[in-house]
Amino acid sequence: MGNGTSIGRVRGLGSSHHGTRHFLASRLSAAGNLVLIPYLAISLLLLPLHDYATVHTWLAQPVAATALVLLFINTVWHARLGVQVMLEDYVHGGAGKIAVWLLITVVPVAAAAFGVICVIRIALGGV
Amino acid sequence: MAQAHRDRPLSPHLQIWRWGPAMLVSILHRVTGNGLAFAGLGLLLWWVGAIAGGEASYQTFLAYVWTGTGGGLAGWTALLGKVVLIGLTWAFFQHLATGLRHFVLDIGAGYELSANARWSVLTLVFSLAGTALVWAYLLTAR
Ligand code: HEM
Repeated sequence: MGNGTSIGRVRGLGSSHHGTRHFLASRLSAAGNLVLIPYLAISLLLLPLHDYATVHTWLAQPVAATALVLLFINTVWHARLGVQVMLEDYVHGGAGKIAVWLLITVVPVAAAAFGVICVIRIALGGV
Repeated sequence: MAQAHRDRPLSPHLQIWRWGPAMLVSILHRVTGNGLAFAGLGLLLWWVGAIAGGEASYQTFLAYVWTGTGGGLAGWTALLGKVVLIGLTWAFFQHLATGLRHFVLDIGAGYELSANARWSVLTLVFSLAGTALVWAYLLTAR
């Protein structure tokens, strides 16, 4: 733990007072998941999934495309917050901590960007 | 400022706790959440990327994850794909139920031993029932 001095806080050894925000964001994004994932799952269950044209046409619709974009942002955010908590519990200090920080900073942004770009291409790119 | 970083206390881990319903669903929330994060989002991104890539890449996705068309490696991964998809269905329902349990615990309710155990068991019943229903529908209704 930090000893409460400013240098201790800067070194990240004490409370940085960001915990409440993390907690609330994980709950808020959980509520988002509760809506978006059942919407995607139920929509897909009602389609013939082996048929490319059907799936593509469904996903190209504005409402479906919007929902999937929101899902990629919200769910990746929720997962990122959660994976961070898991890694904080198991990876302590040193190079591992830096690797973890890189992982949870870079990978979620890349993942969400890829998902959103794909949806945009499907929605706006024609057949 | 000579602080002993290496010897900072850790929270008690799995082997310390006595197994019981609450302990089980607590660790399942973590396992399923992280399973959904890595396997679930990974598969979802592959899926949407395959659709964005066009008809041929979508068929390749289907072959590897579901149909096994073309045999060889796809034959094996399609088997694995079904196991993973059933697992993800269960993981989603389990994580959803224990997530709702978290909401209840967050407001300070549900800590009485018997109530806590009862709701924990119910999350397991819910996830197994949900998985069975979805897959019964998927495999029979169409
Ligand atoms: C169905 C809607 C969902 C609800 C209600 C929900 C709820 C929650 C809650 C309340 C937490 C915080 C638990 C804690 O503070 O200990 C959490 C953690 C987590 N969630 Fe979700 N979640 C949902 C969906 C998802 C999805 C779809 C994913 C992955 C793509 C996910 C990944 C995670 C991860 C990785 C954690 C961290 C678990 C840990 O290691 O402690 N969740 N979830």
